[in-house]
Amino acid sequence: MNLSAVWAIYYSEMARFFRTLAQSFISPVISTSLYFVVFGSAIGSRIDQVEGVSYGAFIVPGLIMLSVMTQSLSNASFGIYFPKFIGTIYELLSAPINYFEIVLGYVGAAATKSLFIGLVILGTASFFVDLQIQHPIWMLAFLVMTCISFALFGFIIGIWAQNFEQLQLIPLLVVTPLVFLGGSFYSISMLPAAWQTIAMANPVVYLISGFRWSFFGLADVPVAVSLMAIGGFMVLCLGLIWWIFRTGWRIRS
Amino acid sequence: MTSIVQIKDLKKVYEGGFEALKGVTLDIEEGEILALLGPNGAGKTTLISTVCGITNPSSGSVSVGGHDVVTGFRGARRLIGLVPQEINLEPFLKVWDSVAFSRGLFGKGRDDAYLEKILKQLSLWDKRNARVMELSGGMKRRVLIAKALSHEPRILFLDEPTAGVDVELRKEMWDVVAELKASGVTIILTTHYIEEAEAIADRIGVITKGELLLVEDKTSLIKRLGQKQLKIELSDPCDAIPEALSAYALDRVDDGHALIYTYDTQAERTGITQLLSDLAKTGLHMSDLQTMQSSLEDIFVGLVKEDAA
Repeated sequence: MNLSAVWAIYYSEMARFFRTLAQSFISPVISTSLYFVVFGSAIGSRIDQVEGVSYGAFIVPGLIMLSVMTQSLSNASFGIYFPKFIGTIYELLSAPINYFEIVLGYVGAAATKSLFIGLVILGTASFFVDLQIQHPIWMLAFLVMTCISFALFGFIIGIWAQNFEQLQLIPLLVVTPLVFLGGSFYSISMLPAAWQTIAMANPVVYLISGFRWSFFGLADVPVAVSLMAIGGFMVLCLGLIWWIFRTGWRIRS
Repeated sequence: MTSIVQIKDLKKVYEGGFEALKGVTLDIEEGEILALLGPNGAGKTTLISTVCGITNPSSGSVSVGGHDVVTGFRGARRLIGLVPQEINLEPFLKVWDSVAFSRGLFGKGRDDAYLEKILKQLSLWDKRNARVMELSGGMKRRVLIAKALSHEPRILFLDEPTAGVDVELRKEMWDVVAELKASGVTIILTTHYIEEAEAIADRIGVITKGELLLVEDKTSLIKRLGQKQLKIELSDPCDAIPEALSAYALDRVDDGHALIYTYDTQAERTGITQLLSDLAKTGLHMSDLQTMQSSLEDIFVGLVKEDAA
């Protein structure tokens, strides 16, 4: 195992994060604060409670998930797309490292950044609402698993993308709608019966549900199902990445 | 000398069927400078990319320091430093960070003293805290070399290191290459500048259309394939080559003030003595004689033309 290479990639990616602190850290905090102002205060003041939890507190897990998923995707996809775009990928391909070590470096850094952002949003939220976390270990576990699995997904997008437009395509057109429709700001049980059934086809529902359960003990779907969903997603992404490196698809001619 | 790189019957066929390498076999000796000479699209970069792991071979084998580049890729790649043809550098990184990143990537622990040494050797020490995007083109090329040397490789591949750089920088690059050779590094460079190969290489390989036409010691190549020319300057110009000299295939140049005789240095007889004797019989008077050795460029053009025919 070339740990030195893993560290070099991880350190370099984290250095980029701190070099662009305003873009990578301050902007998600500001946008989350705006969500709290709009949804939590303006709209939330007209909604009493959702399943016994104040609306302001209810949306916290969804908001964290929204940021963590999109940040994991964008950090990991940009992380591997950028060397492809500027041509420095040659160095990765000619270095004595295997695909697992490359993934560990890039995905590890992307997941760390989004975990950091997720925790900062949690801290920011505590200024707006009174928060109690019933299962803190599970909360952290869900958060970390989401960071890792979406960073893996982002890594795949970064390898697949052949231009900046494609890099944004899946996050904007697929993931963001799924996250918004996945119960970030409402409980699935609030939807009409037919829509509840349709919502079950949205994988994000399972992630947000499990994460919300760790806060309030409330879940739209059983926690075990949420865990299986996130675990299955992670295995699927790892499998795809293994195939990409084995075949050299879009990275090695 | 022992071979540090062994390439056996290496073939590369790209998607779409283009055959970039058609069974290349080549042994590279430790400590030498080998120049791979060839026109654009000859397969030089594909050959280097396949040895370095950037491109997967279609068939054949490559061994570096006894390690197969596919099955023993870690061992093989640790020995290799690669300077690509394009200036591929992250623009926002500082020079030092960029070079340190490369060292880490190749599994080497931090060694500030060594990095300082190579940055000084490449005249980059003063720019160590500058961002790559602030550097000139020549400086960026040197950063690429510093990155390639950062993990103390035994073999350095330079893919067209002086493509598009000015004469002064080209000479500087040659000095750097000479210093590296002196320190024991084996160097393989691709170029389409004949003068570059002539100036710095020990051996020259000529590659065209994915085939290695020859690999030979530079001096013996020039000697073996070289043709010499004898220029006979005349006291009085001649209007035409006299019939008696037609067997020598002379060229009339300088408005008839000189005749050129081309001969093979390896031939049993050069024919010079007989030519001069026959020349005297025609009544032409020579004022001077001059011989010229054909350059590597002439040899190269001849080889590539021969292959195309």
